[in-house]
Amino acid sequence: MKQALELNINGLTYDVVVSPREILADVLREKLGLIGTKKGCGQGDCGTCTVLIDGRPYLSCITLALSCKGKEILTIEGMEKDGELHPIQKSYIKNGAVQCGFCTPGMIMSSKALLDENPKPTEMEIRRALEGNLCRCTGYTKIVEAVQNVKQGGKE
Amino acid sequence: MGSTKPNFSVVGKSLPRLDGPAKVRGKAEFTDDLKMSGMLYGSIKQSTVGHAIIKNINFSKALKLPGVVAVITGKDAPKPFSASGFKPTETALAVEKVTYYGEGVAAVAAIDEATAEDACELIEVEYEELPVLTDPEEALKSKTQIHEWAKNNITCDGIQEFGDVDDAMKKADFIVENTYKSSYVNNAFLEPHAALAHYEKPCGKLTIHAPNQLPHYMQLAVSQTMEVPMEKVRIISPMIGGGFGGKTDPTPAAVAAAMLSRKTGRPVKIANDRKEVFLQNKGRHPAIMKIKMGLDKEGNILGLEFDSTLDGGAHTSWGLVVFWFTAALLQMPYKVANSRFSGRRVFTNKPACGAQRGLAGVQVKMAMESLMDEAAHKLGMNPYELRKKNAVETGYKTPSVTVCGHSEFKKCLDTVVKNADYNNKVGQLPYGKGIGLAGGHYSSGGAFLLYRSLRPHSTANIKIDTEAGITVFTGATDIGQGATTVIPQMVAEIFGVDYTDVNLVIQDTMLTPMDNGTMDSRVTYGAGHAVKNAAMDAKKKLQEGIAPFLETQADKVSCELGKVCSIEGSKKEIPFIEAIRTYQEKHGTLYGEGSYTPPQPIGDYPGKLIGPSPAFGFTAQIAEVEVDLETGKITIPNYYEAGDCGQPINPMSVHGQVEGAISMGLGQALYEEMIVAENGEMMNTSFHGYRIPTTMDMPPIHSEIVESYDPGSSFGNKEVGEGPTCAVIPAILNAIYDAIGIRFTEVPVTPEKVLFALKEKEAQSK
Repeated sequence: MKQALELNINGLTYDVVVSPREILADVLREKLGLIGTKKGCGQGDCGTCTVLIDGRPYLSCITLALSCKGKEILTIEGMEKDGELHPIQKSYIKNGAVQCGFCTPGMIMSSKALLDENPKPTEMEIRRALEGNLCRCTGYTKIVEAVQNVKQGGKE
Repeated sequence: MGSTKPNFSVVGKSLPRLDGPAKVRGKAEFTDDLKMSGMLYGSIKQSTVGHAIIKNINFSKALKLPGVVAVITGKDAPKPFSASGFKPTETALAVEKVTYYGEGVAAVAAIDEATAEDACELIEVEYEELPVLTDPEEALKSKTQIHEWAKNNITCDGIQEFGDVDDAMKKADFIVENTYKSSYVNNAFLEPHAALAHYEKPCGKLTIHAPNQLPHYMQLAVSQTMEVPMEKVRIISPMIGGGFGGKTDPTPAAVAAAMLSRKTGRPVKIANDRKEVFLQNKGRHPAIMKIKMGLDKEGNILGLEFDSTLDGGAHTSWGLVVFWFTAALLQMPYKVANSRFSGRRVFTNKPACGAQRGLAGVQVKMAMESLMDEAAHKLGMNPYELRKKNAVETGYKTPSVTVCGHSEFKKCLDTVVKNADYNNKVGQLPYGKGIGLAGGHYSSGGAFLLYRSLRPHSTANIKIDTEAGITVFTGATDIGQGATTVIPQMVAEIFGVDYTDVNLVIQDTMLTPMDNGTMDSRVTYGAGHAVKNAAMDAKKKLQEGIAPFLETQADKVSCELGKVCSIEGSKKEIPFIEAIRTYQEKHGTLYGEGSYTPPQPIGDYPGKLIGPSPAFGFTAQIAEVEVDLETGKITIPNYYEAGDCGQPINPMSVHGQVEGAISMGLGQALYEEMIVAENGEMMNTSFHGYRIPTTMDMPPIHSEIVESYDPGSSFGNKEVGEGPTCAVIPAILNAIYDAIGIRFTEVPVTPEKVLFALKEKEAQSK
């Protein structure tokens, strides 16, 4: 039985109608046109669907939309402000951390969660924080460098 | 083309990716991000048996489910296809029999994905099961034939011989031999297969949006299997989320979506989940390789024998290419005057093998580079010295009449050995710690198209006007390797503009001229040549058209720093766009066209079409390992690479490619393997069951681009996308031998295998 649901995403309120089994990733992508969040496996293994819910990283492909009622959701689309890229986004581009780009949104969201909590992480702390985000193109070297080189720990 | 390197101003710079902003913002559109008005969602029903005749498919219940619009089976497009057109066996949906667990047997189009999936559950398939063959050596001897025409389940086989290898072995002072087995691994790109197809009934035009590396071949194959004229088929690749060779064949998703769209008259999208991606595979061929090498007492390689049994899975796919490329890759990076290659590529009832980064090279180098170390130990020689002694150089001509036009392989060996301090470590580290060296080479595109044709392999057009500035049209595809950045860099170099001023139209078979596609490491090299030729064609017209205005001669007109100027005489200069405005007043829009065809090979021997290449990249790599003697776990404290890619167009991108290639090789060496049960069912169809390296698994990588410039290339550049993958497994295997004296000949080298081998070694020494 479908239900009406109010979702707070990137600072805006959206009204949607969802079935109990509908996952957050599908609501974002299919109902709200927020296609930046990706589906790489549909099984909660790859991290390409990572969004922040109340500041913590979650796998939106195994998160039920209904469970997000009353929470603040941040997706990749919410990282920029008035078209100005977030320091993390700028660092990824500058440091060559983007190849095919499919893992990039999820990787950036996990990076933000890390830097918000720990603005000057060590290399090992960065690797641990991004362990749940898979990448097949880069070997991760430049992704780790990008996070290390984010200016001011990501504060805008 | 001069043999000295010119002074470049844009080429050779580590400029950020032009598509970086779209990707970091989440605005880059991949296939599953697309929608069309009136779109239906499709789902494919996959077989749950490994080998069976389809007796009956009853989909009446599925059709009755509210929201279902159409159901199709293999009978709706029964003509098979394969990458090269060689012995095609594959259809989007199985027609008379299924040959692997997971093969599509029917597909549904419905108003949403959940309804389509629910409808698939209601389709009833009656199978008459046949024996399931999962082992290639068993398949060779079996009475069961997977494909009617394939006796002993052989896709193709053959022998390639040069010189007199039997005589060479008789003369050899040392002979080393071993059998190596490489594993069943998957491309594991992060973007799953997907397709959005639209068949417009009124005009009979079919458009398919799908992430395909070879739009031209997909167009050809779709035209054949759907029986639609090629010029009515349009393939558009949206942003591609990794391919690594696995997005070359037309997918079941693409063809089934096209079939459903033709039936319903509406656009249809099919998006696979990860299980479906694993079940269709098209990854690397497992190989059983028997290798034997004869050397004289100075360490010169006299002869090489190599026998390979390739496990191809259920369909032909890239089997023919992988097979003969195995033979071709034996001829370098060492001089081998006498060799015999023999082999066979075998069908089994498993998801088919296709093309994967470094195809055939990963298998060959695993065996060859491991055996080089075994030879070095037998001779009492330093493995680096042995390699250097036999290394090819610029101008070397293989017995297979392939010319190595340019090589800095020796420089790669010297550089990596120096950077890793190899000579002070090899054979000298404490027990449990080791260091291993391996080399490799790979082609920058092949001499022939996948089918017999003499047409150019790459054609590019350039349009320059005040409406858009410079726009380049090329059929090349960007799969993440950065073609959409290096091509603008090349064009910017020629016109003296900023690389951000170059627009690019790519990967659309209607808008862009034919290109052989992203495979065999050929885009920067091959499409690069075509783009440069097109740019030079346009530039010549511009020079001739603008010379009178600048009061000079055409050959004195230069494009630099955003201006067009006369370098002698009047010294007049105008901004680039003003030069275009002036030109088009008199001549109209400025166009340029260029194409490229590699030199034709001249040899005459079995498999001659596959192997010769206009250029070769080289790599030398060193792995340091630490073996935990309690747990068997292998860690890599440092990894070194030195590569010859000619002139790097974008060094940051080159390093990115090397690092990615190393991660794929490392995954196969230590972690990855698809496991198939006796009934043909793949057991680990997920990223938690099939472990690709994570951030925690990757070592620090010290990679260096050696100084190199290939004068035969458009900007001195050669491949780097695939070659580096091939040296990783043997570098690690050689390091493990150095650490614990155990020669592993199979991968992945898991902790269990290490502990078992250590126990066995201890028992034998007692």
